Amino acid sequence: MTLLSVDRLSVTDRAGHVLVDDVSFRVAAGDRTGLIGESGSGKSLTALAVLGLLPRGLTATGSVSLDGADMIRAPRGHGDVAAVVFQEPLTALDPLMTAGRQIAGPIRRFRALRGDALRDAVREALDAVRLTDTDRIARSYPHQLSGGQRQRVAIAMAIACRPRLLIADEPTTALDVTVQAEILDLLDRIVTENDTALLFITHDLPVAARVVRDTHVLQSGRVVESGPITSLVTAPQHPYTRTLVESARRFDAALERTGRD
Amino acid sequence: MSRRRFLHLAVGLTLVLVVAGAVVLSYFWLPFAPDDTSGGRLAPPGGDHLLGTDKLGRDLFTQLLIGGRIAIGTALGAAALGGVLGVTFGLLAGFATRWLDDAAAVLLDILIAFPTLLLAMLIVAGAGASLGTAVVAIGLAMAAVVARLTRVLVKQILARDYITAARVAGISWPGIVVSHVLPNIAPTVLVNLALQAGLAVLAEASLSYLGLGTPPPNASWGRMLYEAQATVLTAPAGALAPGIALLVLVIGVNLTADGLRDVLSVKGSR
Repeated sequence: MTLLSVDRLSVTDRAGHVLVDDVSFRVAAGDRTGLIGESGSGKSLTALAVLGLLPRGLTATGSVSLDGADMIRAPRGHGDVAAVVFQEPLTALDPLMTAGRQIAGPIRRFRALRGDALRDAVREALDAVRLTDTDRIARSYPHQLSGGQRQRVAIAMAIACRPRLLIADEPTTALDVTVQAEILDLLDRIVTENDTALLFITHDLPVAARVVRDTHVLQSGRVVESGPITSLVTAPQHPYTRTLVESARRFDAALERTGRD
Repeated sequence: MSRRRFLHLAVGLTLVLVVAGAVVLSYFWLPFAPDDTSGGRLAPPGGDHLLGTDKLGRDLFTQLLIGGRIAIGTALGAAALGGVLGVTFGLLAGFATRWLDDAAAVLLDILIAFPTLLLAMLIVAGAGASLGTAVVAIGLAMAAVVARLTRVLVKQILARDYITAARVAGISWPGIVVSHVLPNIAPTVLVNLALQAGLAVLAEASLSYLGLGTPPPNASWGRMLYEAQATVLTAPAGALAPGIALLVLVIGVNLTADGLRDVLSVKGSR
């Protein structure tokens, strides 16, 4: 069943610049779709358009249907349909709210839990993102947590209402490399366990390769190549995709050379 | 957090509480009736009259206590008015976009560039000199400053990802304002209001000094200063007493604001 269908989506600003140009793709329940591209390629704008949250001044044309709702003409937010994990967990969490309260917010709203049941649900969400010492973390403010812990809390908040689509916008870019791997594994496990569809946005091909199955490569607002990530990596067709793959390979080669020396 | 930060707050609060305590006291007990002139003109400090008497023979300490009511009342009234109006307008301006946003920004800059005293004089000229008019004038000037600050803070907060997350979750704008925006702007706005309250005390004293604030016979520290001006060399207590009282209250309020900022920012921004 198609959960999200984006058809000929274009986003233009007031000056008439086309920022997203005729982008179409589909995400079905349980899919793992990647949007790959450098900054400015329109991948994050596409995600915002999908959620009906384009900054004022930008207009979207085409059609975006998320769980049957028209997100361009009649956008509506629902914690149980879609949720987002952002790049920088420090600004994704309200600095004045404890982790527990932030996670509790959407749960109270969409699952109508109160009191002990709410507290249990918060603990469950923190357990689900493999955080230990959940009681302490629930009582902590964002600045008291490490970057990895913050991102786990942000993920816990996003999945607390069991959304059917999880949009991850560069979720590991702001993290240490070791923490990156953990967070990617975590996302991988969570979408498998809950059968959540994943829309994964990144500029980093190797990162995408860890969690994503189908990919769309964006360059200056256009989809230049689409397909399974395996064929994209082994046999890139478009020159831009080839550049992405080669630059990733160069890093590997450099690493190996350093290892040999 | 260092001990110095608490020192600011402790010293500031002590000074403010001394003045506030004296003001509360004045409602229950005054050394003399405000219009009692039995002490003779310009009596020196000491004896029955702790600070002496003014040129009409009224007890200076009594006048000082009554003037404190006006100073504290102005600070609270202007801060309340400036806070409510300023935050409301600042919130609306923070959400405005395009030309409406530009218009709000320019309007606020013009209001701030306009000298408070001049604004107050215009309002007093229209509405007549009274404590109420002075408080409204000072409160309006304060509202412009608070609104500009609020507008910028709101725009910063609205750009944060947790606002987007809340919108994805389908939380309404009023809900977001109550749960995320107001708590996050509150520490900075409160500190600013406290600083402005200190300035409000000075502004009221200036207006009264110029005869645009509290009309006689009610004693205001600013008017006491004006009345003592002619005799400042022969009877300095008349000018020193309200001057020192003003100094104590304003320094107290400023130190409190300073300490408040340090204490609040520990929990807030880091």
